[in-house]
Amino acid sequence: MSDAKTPADGPEAIGFATRGLAWEEPLSFERSVPGRVGYSLPDLDVPEADPASALGADAVREDLPGLPELSEVDVVRHFTRLSTWNAAVDLGLYPLGSCTMKYNPKVNEQVARLPGFAGAHPLQPPALAQGFLELVWKLERQLAEISGMDRVSLQPAAGAQGELAGIMMVRAHHEHRGERRSRVLVPDSAHGTNPASAALNGYSVTTVTSGRDGVLHPDAVAAAMGPDVAALMITNPNTLGLFEPHIAEICEIVHRGGGLVYGDGANLNALLGIARPGDLGIDVMHFNLHKTFSTPHGGGGPGSGPVGVVNALAPYLPVPMVRKLEGSEGRGYALDYEFPHSIGRLHANFGNVGMLVRAYAYVRSLGPDGLRACAEMAVLNANYLLARLRDRWHVPYDRPVMHECVLSDKALEPTGVTTLDVAKRLIDYGYHPPTVYFPLIVHGALMIEPTESEPLEGLDRFVAALAAIADEAEHDPERVRGAPHRTRRGRLDETRAARRPVLRWQPDAASS
Amino acid sequence: MTGDRPRYIPHTEADVRHMLDVIGVSDLDALFACVPEKLRLARALDLPRAASEQEVVAELSRLAARNASSESHDWFLGAGTYAHYVPAAVSALASRAEFLTAYTPYQPEISQGTLQTIFEWQTMVCALTGMEVSNASLYDGASATAEAVLMAMRITRRSRVVVAPGLHPHYADVLRCYLRALDVEIAMADAGLEAAVDDRTACLVVQQPAFLGTVSDLRAAAAAAHARGALLISVTAEALSLALLRAPGELGADIACGEAQSFGVPMSLGGPALGFLACRERFVRQMPGRLCGQTEDAQGRRGFVLTLSTREQHIRREKATSNICTNQGLCLLLATIYLSLLGRVGLRRLARINYAKAEHAKARVRETRGLRLPLAAPTFNEFAVGVPDSGAAALARAEAAGIVGGLDLADYAPELGPAVLVCTTELASRAAIDRLVAALANR
Repeated sequence: MSDAKTPADGPEAIGFATRGLAWEEPLSFERSVPGRVGYSLPDLDVPEADPASALGADAVREDLPGLPELSEVDVVRHFTRLSTWNAAVDLGLYPLGSCTMKYNPKVNEQVARLPGFAGAHPLQPPALAQGFLELVWKLERQLAEISGMDRVSLQPAAGAQGELAGIMMVRAHHEHRGERRSRVLVPDSAHGTNPASAALNGYSVTTVTSGRDGVLHPDAVAAAMGPDVAALMITNPNTLGLFEPHIAEICEIVHRGGGLVYGDGANLNALLGIARPGDLGIDVMHFNLHKTFSTPHGGGGPGSGPVGVVNALAPYLPVPMVRKLEGSEGRGYALDYEFPHSIGRLHANFGNVGMLVRAYAYVRSLGPDGLRACAEMAVLNANYLLARLRDRWHVPYDRPVMHECVLSDKALEPTGVTTLDVAKRLIDYGYHPPTVYFPLIVHGALMIEPTESEPLEGLDRFVAALAAIADEAEHDPERVRGAPHRTRRGRLDETRAARRPVLRWQPDAASS
Repeated sequence: MTGDRPRYIPHTEADVRHMLDVIGVSDLDALFACVPEKLRLARALDLPRAASEQEVVAELSRLAARNASSESHDWFLGAGTYAHYVPAAVSALASRAEFLTAYTPYQPEISQGTLQTIFEWQTMVCALTGMEVSNASLYDGASATAEAVLMAMRITRRSRVVVAPGLHPHYADVLRCYLRALDVEIAMADAGLEAAVDDRTACLVVQQPAFLGTVSDLRAAAAAAHARGALLISVTAEALSLALLRAPGELGADIACGEAQSFGVPMSLGGPALGFLACRERFVRQMPGRLCGQTEDAQGRRGFVLTLSTREQHIRREKATSNICTNQGLCLLLATIYLSLLGRVGLRRLARINYAKAEHAKARVRETRGLRLPLAAPTFNEFAVGVPDSGAAALARAEAAGIVGGLDLADYAPELGPAVLVCTTELASRAAIDRLVAALANR
């Protein structure tokens, strides 16, 4: 049971953030000492060769002054210290809405590092890669079952590339039927990648306005629909954390007009074992393995964005796919290029295979009940936060949510404290802030996705922190506006960074 | 393993009961009342039952054991993905959860570890390429090439692309895929660069070293592009070559991009990889992807932030320079640690070792009956070898000797006759080279 401290106890009692030894750490280039080495290379067992003689002196580099000279100890301390400057899921709640910062299981890391995966090459003969091909074949089918799609390509390297692939297939489908369609419909609550992916495919974007209840309404889609519309891109649950209740009718409207429906799978975590995009009428979608399927975000990537399609779009899938051998072909798996209408290749090889291994281990570890439990506990956590936050915070769309809830800064208006200030003050309490100022349709949005990984007492402490900040905003707004106070750097000047970009270290600029 | 909630989920039954009470619903199903009944899945997912950790490790180990790797075989296969030795400190440091389990550094005050690493990466890429700005990485060398071309089209406002022979065929595939919806002409410069570049050309794309390992004259390519107002994009698939060859930026390239997997990133069947993209400072606002910049806090202390984000999709939406959202943060971290260890001296020495191994292997090929070097141009660590019968047969002989001997060029460069593409990194011992030569020659 929870044993939450009161706001009067202050940040340390509420959030568990405290003080310890902390190290400043210069850039590696500033630590460099001529003559230091951090490597050991074997003696050359073949004759030395002078590259200048074959390539010409002009083609050969004389020096590499931009790299540092450091011992192994220097490098180890450098990056170990740098690591301590980061917040991370393994340190605490990281409630970034739409990012699904769930726990990244350690066993997944272990199996991805097995030499047969980490040390294998994309162009080695299929006979020497059967374990990999089997994993791809099985994971494709697992994702298809989870999503209700017919086929899945694991090639896209991230969600945005999955979107790109999906919209390319939409385009190929229409072109194959001799239709030239020019527009893609995107709700105003969508992720920015949706319109950007449509534009990369040469489509113009028509924004569809969400209803006052935060969801998309069939009449709005019908009004925007036309014979020139190639697709609607929809995120369900949407970025307000709301399930789109009219999804089936909306898909029908788009289909009736000859369009296709693209499903942004960023929020799939809420639906695992509960409902399947394919059953809702979605024709093509991407998965974010780095969200729903627990692969680590790695400080920005790599992601992995498999794309799933209904059978009608399967001829356009990226190649290669993987095929199980049958009958006289013998046993095993082969690469399959037999997709005559394929959009082609999106990645130099098979996509982010290391992430596929992790996601496969995750699906195997959880099984059908465990996956459903993820959705249930994620939705439980989000609704619990909403229930406990709504008396102190303005909830612009106050309805039962799925995996995340969205607050606005409206209640803070008289105090002059903004969402950005709240976010920075949360850091003082030991929390990574939620996603802020998104979705764009909420003023000063704070988008909170706790995921299933967070225990009850952790949620209670987070609620207490937000309550304490609401108090501070009334009684001591300057304290909130000046946050963060406890980090090793205060609020950083982003305007200055953009106005006079300094994007690399240079010896002569070292003093700046 | 059945019945229990997964160990990754902390909720006890008492927790769940309490939380449902606070929410004011009767049971877990009631939480999903917002999902219309007819849209709900009325059955359990048809997936294998949950496996224990021990079973998962056993299953994945069994699958992994059925893949050859650079640990199980002597390795001469490159062609865009390279087997290099990775110092122990690289993965030890990159495994730190503070790096591994952090998100994109949107909150710079608690992401300085990631941000400073990106800043160091950008600095190192600039040093290696001879450019002024680098981004925070892209998916892989192929998409980096496609993004570089899109960037050149924005800069020049032209929509014709000329590709020099020698671009990795998969990179060319990805380039065609990325451009298929746009009204772009892609021309292959098979009959000379000067003839292929015209006044409508946005860029000339030259891979250095080429897919078949050969090193060409980038200065001449730059002259051919610049004479018609086009940009030169240099593509490097084996980034270690940058430590041996003069930087593309010094030879006239306007954008330098490619694949940096060689810098401490496991081959991992080709992904996650590490696309890089660097350019002249005047093009910075047309760059795709994340950029990290230096700034200060209110007390004047140095810190780093993501910057120039008005180029990006989360701000600019359909008018963004790219739809990309992630970078290859973890791979970038591996590479930055690797480059910090190898450093100014070690990386050049390593490149010289690779070069010497290749020159020795080529000498052995020259003196071996049945083998030949079909291409005369100089190389770095990779080269085509003509074999007596067929590439497939030669590689099968190598495989029987425990060697992954290279890439069969039958589909990639049939004009060479029966041939394989062989790569020698520092992992190739003199004895293994001897065994490879004997197997390829069938002697």
